[in-house]
Amino acid sequence: MKKDEIPHDLGALGKVTKEVCYAVDDSGKYTTELSEGWEIKAKALDVAWHDVEERINRAKQKVISGEASPLLYLMELKLMDIPIVSAYTGFWKWQVKNHLKPSAFKKLSDNKLQKYAEVFETTVDNIKNIKLT
Amino acid sequence: MKLDFQHIQAAHCENGVTTSLLRHNGIEKITEPLAFGIGSGLFYIYIPFMKINNGPAIAFRTQPGLIFKRTCKSLGIKIIRKKFSSKQEAQKVLEECLQAGQPVGCQVGVYYLTYFPKEYRFHFNAHNIIVFGKEGDDFLVSDPVMEQTTSLSSYELERVRFAKGAFAPRGQLYYPKEKVHVTDGQIRKAIRTGIKRNVRDMLHIPGNIAGIRGIRYTARKIRSWKDKLGPQKAGSYLAQLVRMQEEIGTGGGGFRFIYGAFLQQAYAYHPIDALPEISKKFTQTGDLWRTAAVQAAGIYKGRLGKQEDFNTMSDYLLEIADLEKQAFIDLSKVKWNP
Repeated sequence: MKKDEIPHDLGALGKVTKEVCYAVDDSGKYTTELSEGWEIKAKALDVAWHDVEERINRAKQKVISGEASPLLYLMELKLMDIPIVSAYTGFWKWQVKNHLKPSAFKKLSDNKLQKYAEVFETTVDNIKNIKLT
Repeated sequence: MKLDFQHIQAAHCENGVTTSLLRHNGIEKITEPLAFGIGSGLFYIYIPFMKINNGPAIAFRTQPGLIFKRTCKSLGIKIIRKKFSSKQEAQKVLEECLQAGQPVGCQVGVYYLTYFPKEYRFHFNAHNIIVFGKEGDDFLVSDPVMEQTTSLSSYELERVRFAKGAFAPRGQLYYPKEKVHVTDGQIRKAIRTGIKRNVRDMLHIPGNIAGIRGIRYTARKIRSWKDKLGPQKAGSYLAQLVRMQEEIGTGGGGFRFIYGAFLQQAYAYHPIDALPEISKKFTQTGDLWRTAAVQAAGIYKGRLGKQEDFNTMSDYLLEIADLEKQAFIDLSKVKWNP
């Protein structure tokens, strides 16, 4: 990449900090320059977030229709998956998987729900009485 | 307490931390490209049985932690590296290091990293920062990808040091054990070792998912993505490839430009005409990776999407594989002066 080809398309990171790019100058020597971002990768990040939102929405629908427990929605909301939730809560992966089902979720004690509440930055009450529309 | 420490912005976090810590410990001549090249940072791998954020697990650089480890080892610098099971202990040891005047590298997760833009806060645990002081309850932080230094409260720092999931940092901290003097001869030798190891990693690593063969493997996979995954998911996969290649500190072109810069800087230590020539080849492959990214963007933006568009993308990767293979063969043939 030539120095004058370094893109300066303001992206999400560019609003907080510019990033270092390596490129060659006119004499062919490598140098660094700060860039605000590149439209191509900003769009790639948009795609990733679009996917996240879709997963959250799908989870929400499943909770509303009674196919999944509110924990599924909260897990997606925090961009987590079963292994990550398992690591943060200390439950086994199979337990977490089970708790995502409404039947097992209903039997959870407040103590266990408290662990989820901490990881999902909410309260036991909010998990039990979650309002999704 | 604030240590006399100079923040250096770098393209990549681990290069940056390595460079800053080594400079602080007396090795003035180290630069980001040198740290990257000596640590044999350039790599490629596509792990088919693993998922990252529900997309393909692709990396353009070597395993986290290796650049610091290899660079220090090659230069004859002993390192201290500690992990903790207790959060209190992790903070105590960190504070003791600061008391002793030693800035400390910390592995952290970015999901709870408060000064990062929200858009970048996924569950990614292999980020690296330097802590260089404490004022009140705030730790002073030099994050190599940021222009300026920043700070985290003790709670915020604890949270990112004990992020969970893949590559969980477990409070990991690291720093060079002592101030040392490194001679030009040592740097020369380290450059040679770093290049040879990188040749090995890219050309001769066993299996077909890593190194040059890994790039070809990905190229073959991309051809089948449209039918196998459906257009939307195929687009998401390509977007993930582009993010791994261009996002958060690769210096552009999946680290290929940094490697080109490394070979130019290596020439100062090894005046061998082949090095700047091979550097041009890395510039070329970096450019081609970026051309491929533009093609990929055409697909995930929905402007392109036919099978032939995926084939074109795949062909770019095959061309890159050929170019990089040649570049590394050239490097393997360099006649090193003693």
